[in-house]
Amino acid sequence: MINEDALFYSRVLTELTLSFHIIYATIGVGVPLMIMIAQWVGIKKNDEHYILLARRWTRGFVITVAVGVVTGTAIGLQLSLLWPNFMELAGNVIALPLFMETFAFFFEAIFLGIYLYTWDRFENQRKHLLLLIPVAIGASFSAVFITMVNSFMNAPQGFDIVNGELVNINPILAMFNPAMPTKVAHVVASAYMTSAFVLAAIAAFRLIKGSDHIYHKKALYLTMKLGLIFSIATAVIGDFSGKYLAEYQPEKLAAAEWHFETEADAPLILYGTLENGEVKYAIEIPKALSILAHGIPSAEVIGLEEFPEDEIPPLYIHYLFDIMVTIGVWMMFLSFLYWLGTKRSWAFIHTKWFRWLIVLGGPLSIIAIEMGWWLAEVGRQPWVLRGIMRTAEAATSSDQVDLMLILFAGLYVILAIGSVVILSRMFRRNPVERELEDREADKGGVIQ
Amino acid sequence: MNLEILGIMVLWTFLFGYVIVASIDFGAGFFNAYSLFNGKQHILTNIIQRYLSPVWEVTNVFLVFFFVGIVGFFPKTAFYYGTILLVPVSIAILLLAIRGSYYAFETYGARGHKGYSFMYGLSGLFLPASLSIVLTISEGGFVSIVDGKPVLDYWELFTSPLTWSIVVLSIVAVLYISAVFLTWYAHKAHDQDATELMRNYALIWSMPLIITASGIIVEIRAHNPEHFGNLLNLWWMFALSFLLFLGTVWLIWKRKHYGRAFGLLAGQFALAFFAYGFSHYPYLLYPHLTIYDGFTNKTMAISLVVAFIAGLGLLIPSLYLLLRLFLFNKDYVTGQHIHTNKRRYS
Repeated sequence: MINEDALFYSRVLTELTLSFHIIYATIGVGVPLMIMIAQWVGIKKNDEHYILLARRWTRGFVITVAVGVVTGTAIGLQLSLLWPNFMELAGNVIALPLFMETFAFFFEAIFLGIYLYTWDRFENQRKHLLLLIPVAIGASFSAVFITMVNSFMNAPQGFDIVNGELVNINPILAMFNPAMPTKVAHVVASAYMTSAFVLAAIAAFRLIKGSDHIYHKKALYLTMKLGLIFSIATAVIGDFSGKYLAEYQPEKLAAAEWHFETEADAPLILYGTLENGEVKYAIEIPKALSILAHGIPSAEVIGLEEFPEDEIPPLYIHYLFDIMVTIGVWMMFLSFLYWLGTKRSWAFIHTKWFRWLIVLGGPLSIIAIEMGWWLAEVGRQPWVLRGIMRTAEAATSSDQVDLMLILFAGLYVILAIGSVVILSRMFRRNPVERELEDREADKGGVIQ
Repeated sequence: MNLEILGIMVLWTFLFGYVIVASIDFGAGFFNAYSLFNGKQHILTNIIQRYLSPVWEVTNVFLVFFFVGIVGFFPKTAFYYGTILLVPVSIAILLLAIRGSYYAFETYGARGHKGYSFMYGLSGLFLPASLSIVLTISEGGFVSIVDGKPVLDYWELFTSPLTWSIVVLSIVAVLYISAVFLTWYAHKAHDQDATELMRNYALIWSMPLIITASGIIVEIRAHNPEHFGNLLNLWWMFALSFLLFLGTVWLIWKRKHYGRAFGLLAGQFALAFFAYGFSHYPYLLYPHLTIYDGFTNKTMAISLVVAFIAGLGLLIPSLYLLLRLFLFNKDYVTGQHIHTNKRRYS
């Protein structure tokens, strides 16, 4: 017996929580690495500005971590509250990485606390760097483990079902499922990329707003360079993800690409609209889908016609795919232009309009993350465990989900406003110029 | 010892850890807000902020660890408890969110904001209440199986005296544990005023604690005779626990050995907590779910235990480092390094 209302609201609530959580989670995974790199560059170049950069990033990071932790706790519990049947089944097979994620999280929490409250206790900057390593590792590994859980939902393995019973369970095989390598790599690389572009947007914004300090220029150059590296990595891994989909989840790729008939020399469809099953206004790139799917221009790509009607994901995921890829390519191009322009001393790099493009890049990258996750998640509908359990069978039977949806929506609105207000106030009240003066004064005080 | 017992012991121990650190956290939030309103803020706020700042996130992880662990070791709990706990646990998440975010917001954004502190303090009292509902439900009698799905009877739950006894006990325990800890911490910080104030609170809350705790046992006798019988078999653990309680109160009354007093308190709660846990054996949800029919498969159990041991190998030294640097570090506790930090934050 399926409670249709509970199913619908459970899906909406889960989507809402995750969509909100991943903004903070992505920053939570990527920023520690950026802080660590800034600290390391500061030590290597003996440049106070980078050390300060690391500190100021960390201060903002704490606020995003707080929201990330509470929304993460929410989704952790909601998994059992909204999808009890799914968790009962999956718990038997996939509990191991879930469990390991909490250890990574624990590890990060401990060292973040130590790092934050020992700024003025260790004179040696290298010790600070040592404290940052576990924070960055913990942050990245919690992403690795939790993405393993998600990839298991896309490609469940490591068990057999005999007469409705789970047998021959192998947790390691469940963790290292076929979806895992591309998914984990794509999530981690895109988190680094997004964080780099968000931080670049902040630096560019300060430069536009009149602070012409060398500190912001250093910050911008460092983050754009890192953003370029990670956006290239993300794109390369994205290509591997396409090949994974062609092999293991062809219905998701076909739905994302509006590829209806199985054929060789399959064209890639960019943009366009779908009207009564007809694709209109689209740009077709001949053979590109075959290349994306199999690396060979003449390869055959499975189309949607091969699947029963009730196992096909919604076709609107094509738009999500387009937006994600377009933003990714655009950001790669923009950061490359910036990097090249700086090397060649092109003047337009320093103009206001170009800096506005960089500012825009921060929110754009976050939009790309959202689009990517929606594509990945909606693309495996109607399954919660592909091929094994339908989403409808997994949901709770409780009648109060709609009420909880309202409650949580209110919470997220408050958290969003709160974090934005606090973050902007924190940095506006204490601009880098003043902090640099303070530090000079402190140093003077020590020597006397 | 079989894996089921090992699994539940591990989880119960972590839950105990959470009860202690979260009680300190919840209670401290309440005392902080209370002191703000009766003008004693200058006495307490520094002590409380200094302790809570580096550990609030770690406290939260204890809880995450428990609920991830229980679904891992006992996947059937996701089915039973997941279905019936939607409302109470969602409220608890909301309160946790208020605490976690406002804590960071207040510390880094708007120091001393009365509204934030008030919310923070209040949520600390509601949280133990919303979480302790789970303990009441586990006693049985509130859940029935309809069409193969568990359904919670809210009316029955909210009109049961057992529910309210456990709620009151959890709140009182939070205030008592927190007060004893902060007495010790303030004493270490050589903060005479804060020590005296917290000592008063500790003594004030000790009596209601022991009265409500005894009351629960009477309630259970009426509600779940089988459980009550098991509790009686473990009477000596409760007696020992009571002796430790007397020790704590005596030391605090005499104004000496606050550290040892907190140690006795930890022992008191550990004994009572584990005695309660043992007496609940073998049920996770009376009478629908035992640890045996809710347990995961053997392969998963073994790999979870291995992951747990490896994780602890990482965790214990890190926690030790954290405690060394903040809790047992003289310079930090007495605030030698605070002044420079503070200016930079504000």
